Amino acid sequence: MSSSKNKSIAGASGSSRRERTIDIVNRRLAKRYRIEKRFRFYGLCSIIVSMVFLAVLLTSIVSNGYSAFFQTYVRLDITLDSAMLDRENPGKSNFQAIIKQSINKLYPEVEDRKSKRELYALFSSGAAFQLRDLVMRHPDLIGTTVSLWVPADDDVDMLMKGYIKRSVAENERRLSDRQLGWIDRLADQDRIEKRFNVTFFTAGDSREPELAGIWGAVKGSFFTLLVTLVLSFPIGLAAAVYLEEFAPKNLATDFIEVNINNLAAVPSIVFGLLGLAVFLNFFGMPRSTPLVGGLVLMLMTLPTIIIASRAALKAVPPSIREAALGVGSSKMQMVSSHVLPLALPGMLTGTIIGMAQALGETAPLLMIGMVAFIVDIPGGFTDPAAVMPVQIYLWADSPERAFLERTSAAILVLLAFLVLMNAAAVIMRKRFEKRW
Amino acid sequence: MKKTVTLAAFLLLLAGSLSVIGCGPKADQSEREGQATSENGQAGKKTQSARDYISIVGSSTVYPFATVVAEQFGKTTEFKTPKIESTGSGGGFKLFSAGVGVEHPDITNASRRIKKSECEKCAENGVTEVVEIKIGYDGIVMANSKRAEPFKLSRKDIFLALAKEVPDPNGVEGELVPNPYKTWKDVNPSLPETKIEVLGPPPTSGTRDAFVELAMEAGAKEFAWIKALKKEDKNAFKKISHTLREDGAYIEAGENDNLIVQKLDANADALGIFGFSFLDQNTDKIQGAFVDDVQPAFGAIADGSYPLSRPLFFYVKKAHVGTIPGIAEYLAEFTAEKAWGDEGYLTEKGLIPMPKEEREQYAKAAEELIVISCDEL
Repeated sequence: MSSSKNKSIAGASGSSRRERTIDIVNRRLAKRYRIEKRFRFYGLCSIIVSMVFLAVLLTSIVSNGYSAFFQTYVRLDITLDSAMLDRENPGKSNFQAIIKQSINKLYPEVEDRKSKRELYALFSSGAAFQLRDLVMRHPDLIGTTVSLWVPADDDVDMLMKGYIKRSVAENERRLSDRQLGWIDRLADQDRIEKRFNVTFFTAGDSREPELAGIWGAVKGSFFTLLVTLVLSFPIGLAAAVYLEEFAPKNLATDFIEVNINNLAAVPSIVFGLLGLAVFLNFFGMPRSTPLVGGLVLMLMTLPTIIIASRAALKAVPPSIREAALGVGSSKMQMVSSHVLPLALPGMLTGTIIGMAQALGETAPLLMIGMVAFIVDIPGGFTDPAAVMPVQIYLWADSPERAFLERTSAAILVLLAFLVLMNAAAVIMRKRFEKRW
Repeated sequence: MKKTVTLAAFLLLLAGSLSVIGCGPKADQSEREGQATSENGQAGKKTQSARDYISIVGSSTVYPFATVVAEQFGKTTEFKTPKIESTGSGGGFKLFSAGVGVEHPDITNASRRIKKSECEKCAENGVTEVVEIKIGYDGIVMANSKRAEPFKLSRKDIFLALAKEVPDPNGVEGELVPNPYKTWKDVNPSLPETKIEVLGPPPTSGTRDAFVELAMEAGAKEFAWIKALKKEDKNAFKKISHTLREDGAYIEAGENDNLIVQKLDANADALGIFGFSFLDQNTDKIQGAFVDDVQPAFGAIADGSYPLSRPLFFYVKKAHVGTIPGIAEYLAEFTAEKAWGDEGYLTEKGLIPMPKEEREQYAKAAEELIVISCDEL
C-alpha cells in the first residue's frame, strides 16, 4: 500500500519532472544549436585558414617557378670550319672561337673590342660546351654548317620573361639599349624563342643559371635515401618486432622506449653533429658523400620507423597471436608468418613518411659537408653530392636574378617527390591495411 | 590475405630491402645489417685514400667567385670539378688547419688574411707549407631602394647610428650612453628625417666582421678619446666599436642577401648591408649609399677610394699539390688573366680586380708555390 502510494507519488513527480526537463531542453535548444553551429564554424574556419595559407604558398611558388621550366634559346648558324677543328682530336679545338665567329657573322657591323664583349655577353658560355658535345658525337659534321639552338645568357632570358623591364633607365638595367637592339634583331629573324628547359632536368649545379639543373641533386637525394632506407628499414623493423613481441616488460625496456621517443623529437642538427663526430672524425669516411648523408639520416629516421612499426604491431589483435600459438606454431613462426605480414602495411607507411621527412632535411647535412657546390653528377655512394633541399638553399643564396625562379622550380620538383611519396603511403594504407 | 602478403613482399623488394619477410631469426638479420654497416665504413676509407677531386672550403664571400672558376676548370680540363663548401672564413681555416691528408681540404677561401694564430695552428698539425693567393677586392655597400634619395653617409654617421653605446651627445668626454638616436637627422642634421632601420648580416658572417672593422671602427676613431682608448685597452675599444644596436634599429636579416634586397625593395626607408656583387646584380632596384662622399662603383673600389673594401684570398696546402690531381691547374685557371684580369669572367660576377703588378705578383706565387711564414703576419 505504502509502496504503491510511493509509486504514484513518484510517478506524479516524475511526470511533472519530465515536463520540466522538456521545458529546460526546449529552452536551451536554440542555444545548443547555436553553440554547435559556432563550433562547426570554428572548425571550418581553421580549415579555410590553413587552405588559404597553402594556396598562397603554392601559388607564389608556382607563379615564381613555372617560368624556369622554359629557357630562351638562340639559333646560330655555325660553320664547322675544318681549319679550326682538328679532325684527329676535335675535343681540343677552340669551340668558343667558333661560336664567336658565328655570332660575328650575324652582326658584321660590330667591330670594336668593347662592343664585341657586350655582344658575346648575350650568349651563354654553355654554347661552346654544347657544340663540343655535338662535334664529339658526330665528327662527320666537320666541314659542314649546322644550325644550332644554343642557350641565351640569363640576362636575355630574364628580359624575354619580363623580369627585366625595358622601361627602366638604361644605366639601371643589366642590358644596354644596344644589346636590346641586337636581341630585337634576333627576334625579327625568328632566331630567338623560349623552349622547354631540358637542361634544368638533366644537368648538375652551375653558376650560370641557364646551365644549372636539378638532376645532380635528384641523384644525390636518391643515393642518400637509398642508404637511409636499406639501413633504417631492417634495423627499425627488427627493433620494433623485438621490443613489441619478444622483449620482457621491465625497467630496461621502459628505459629504451623513453629514449626512442625522445630521439624522435631531437632536433635534426644534433644528428649532423653526431655524424660529424662519429662517421667523419672517428671512422674517417669521406665528407660530402651520400654514404655519410644516408647514415646520418638513418639515425634521424630510425626512431620514426620504430615508433610507427610498434604501433602497427600493436594494432594486430591478440587473437591472431593466440590462434597461431594454439595450433602449435612457435613464437617466431607466429611473428614471421602471421603478425608481421598483417603489420607490414602500417610499417611501410611509417617508413615512407620517415623517408619523406629525410628527403626534405638540410640541417644535419650541413655539418657533414653536403652543403657544397657540386657540378659533376654523382655516380655512386662515395662521390660528392648535394641533395634537393640543399640545392634550393644554395640557389636561394645566389646573386643572379635568374636563380630566384630556379629556386621555386626546384621547390616544385621537391614537392612533387614528397607528394608522390606521401601518396604511395596513403595508397598502401588504403589497399593493404586490414581493419579489425 | 595471401595476396596482401605477396604484394607487400613485392613492395618491400622494390624498396631495396631483401630477406625481411623470409624466416630467419631477427637477431641474425640485424647482425647481417651490422656487417653491412662496417663494410660500408671500410668502403668509405678505401675511396678516401684516392680522392680524385679538389676539396675547397671557406668564405661565403669568395664562394661565388671560386665556384665560377671551378666550373670553368671542370668543363675545360680532364679533371673533375672541385667540390666547394661555403663554411665562412673562420670555419674554413679550422678545417684547413686540421692536418695533411686526403680527408682534409686542399684549399680554403677567406675574405680576410689568415691570422697568426690560425697559421700557427696549421704548423702544429703538420700543415707547414701554405701558399697565399690574393684574388681581388670586394666592396661592402650600404644600399637603399631606388625610390628614395641615395644616402650620403660618413663612417662617423654609420658608427653613431648603429653602435649600441655612443659617446654622450652632450659632450662629456669619456662617457658612453645607450644609443639615443631615432632618426638619421638626429645623427647628422644633413641627413633625412627617416627612422634608422638597417638590415644586415648576423655575427657569424664575414661581411659583418668586415663591416664593423671597416666602417664602425673607423667611425669610432673619429672621437679622439676612443682612438686613444685603442692603444690603452684594445678590448674596451672593440666592445665600443664592434657592438651593434639591439633595440631594433639594426635588424639581423640572416645570411641571405637576396632577402635583404627584396626587403629594401619593399621598404623605401630601410638601408641594407651586403657585398658589392648583390648591388651589381640589382642596380634597377637599389642604389649604394655614398660613404665619405664616394659611391660604391667598380672603379672606386678597385682604386681604393671607396673606404669599405676588403681583399679576398685563398690558401693552398702545398703538400697536397701533386697528390691530389689538378691543384696546380686550378691555380693556373684562377690566376689567368681571362679569369681575374680587368676583363676576366670573374669581374662579370662582381669581383674587383687587383692592379696589374699585384696580379703578376700573386700569379707568380701560384705558379712557384711560394710559401708564407707565420712570422710575417
